[in-house]
Amino acid sequence: MSRLTPYLDSFGAILLAVIWIAPLLFAFWAAFHSTSDAVNFTLLSPWTLDNFRTAWEGAPWLQYFLNTFLLVTVVLIGQFILTTLAGFAFAQVKFPGRDVVFILVLLQLFILPEVLIVENYAMISRLGLFDTIVGVGMPYMASAFGIFLMRQAFKSVPIELHEAARIEGCSWFGILIRVYVPLAKPTYLAYALVSVSTHWNNFLWPLIVTNSPDTRPLTVGLSIFGAPENGVDISVISAATLMSIAPLLIAFLVFQRQFVQAFLRAGIK
Amino acid sequence: MSKHANLERRRQAIYGWLLLTPAAILLSTFAFYPSLATLFSSLFSRGTRRNPAEFVGGENYSDLFADPTFWLVVKNNLFYAGITIPVSIFIALAMALWANSKISARGFVRTAYFTPTVLPMIAAANLWLFFYTPGLGVLDQIGALFGLPSVNWLGQPETALWAIIIVTIWKEAGFFMIFYLAALQTIPADLKEAADIEGASRWTYTRRIVLPLLMPTTLFIMVNAMINSVKLIDHLFILTKGGPSDASKLILYYIWEMAFAFFDAPHAAAMTIMVLLVLGIVAAIQFFYIDKRTHYQ
Repeated sequence: MSRLTPYLDSFGAILLAVIWIAPLLFAFWAAFHSTSDAVNFTLLSPWTLDNFRTAWEGAPWLQYFLNTFLLVTVVLIGQFILTTLAGFAFAQVKFPGRDVVFILVLLQLFILPEVLIVENYAMISRLGLFDTIVGVGMPYMASAFGIFLMRQAFKSVPIELHEAARIEGCSWFGILIRVYVPLAKPTYLAYALVSVSTHWNNFLWPLIVTNSPDTRPLTVGLSIFGAPENGVDISVISAATLMSIAPLLIAFLVFQRQFVQAFLRAGIK
Repeated sequence: MSKHANLERRRQAIYGWLLLTPAAILLSTFAFYPSLATLFSSLFSRGTRRNPAEFVGGENYSDLFADPTFWLVVKNNLFYAGITIPVSIFIALAMALWANSKISARGFVRTAYFTPTVLPMIAAANLWLFFYTPGLGVLDQIGALFGLPSVNWLGQPETALWAIIIVTIWKEAGFFMIFYLAALQTIPADLKEAADIEGASRWTYTRRIVLPLLMPTTLFIMVNAMINSVKLIDHLFILTKGGPSDASKLILYYIWEMAFAFFDAPHAAAMTIMVLLVLGIVAAIQFFYIDKRTHYQ
């Protein structure tokens, strides 16, 4: 019995892996076959790119890709600047009220932006940012999670380096840019991967604050494209889905280790 | 000397607040102010052009408590949480134990488990649509091999919520796995050796040594899973839109619908406040309970 255990383990693990990957494999199969071949599982049926052609012509995908790309870039740049400054303040500057403010920031971890959609929508409209990419990205820029992450990273920088830079006559800002930021590079990388994949995939908030193909990100575009009232068939939907997940999926498969490390680092703090 | 120290302290205070200002402004604009504004608008009636909004106290709340749909949605969400949290934790644990053991094709196995994590919920919903579609879908075709009748998984109240639950579990289990995997790799190998020498079975070793050592990770994952059970609703937009007859509607979706389909902001605000209260309780559990129990990690 016990000699069989490793085989049973392998069998169970691989079976679960196959089940887990099956939805993707079926979509892959459907995307490259005509609808009737796809649903009948005609194994030897010819492969085709027609579904991709139909899907591509059915919506302004290039614009959606560009919007998503701009969105994740804007969010990431905003987050890097804001969380670096705030994280540094919490980690290395002593000022009255620091701990109280830090607890307030941590509170935001539980006030999910998703839950405040109604008031944030009102706010974005008031600011005149409705249906702009900056408007989609703005509520996420001062991420409490990012501030926390940066604070932890900056706290682990040896104080001797800080002192040495100060003796050399470096200003506060110079110390931050030349000493702290380079040393926190792994944290920045991890945070960037988590942030990009979060905002590439975000849906509910962009759905609410975008209203035109010029600003709509991929996820919203995909949901409109696949809506039943458009009557597109399963093969075309599969092709569109694969198309929109391809960049992130390929990046993940190539940099898998970095992705997993990034999510871990971000989660375990 | 003390004058110098005083100056330095004042300078630090100014730097500190200057550095914080941009983040503080945005956090106030998009987290703190909206929370207060939500509370405020939950206490007022819906203003129209003829009747401006007026203070109604707890009326929006009592309306909700009298609304059977609200209670159905709460029940659905509790069920959603009650199934997705334990099942995805259990599957994540099994995945991690397997991905950490000496099995063949370990690289493939790990990739397969983790891949759903990087997909958007909307894409996941589209992938699963191919499984659930009546007649043509994969599930029905498999069922047909065994002579089972076609089932409209998304179109009937008994199965719609389950269909939603399965997609959520599929999406989050691999994400939770990596935290277990990381924790498993910190368990010293000599514990396993000692257990082997003592003649402990694998089950005993797992139950008595591994699971207790994983407890802090489990609690961390549990908090994340609780938050997800509020947050992960994107697939509803593709798969069921909360239907049929609200059988798969969840709270955040109902808030969205209330505010952006029925244009009833005050009731949406009242619901939002209740969700924030629940999240506050989760936060309290995290701060006061979990942080105390993780010290031996």
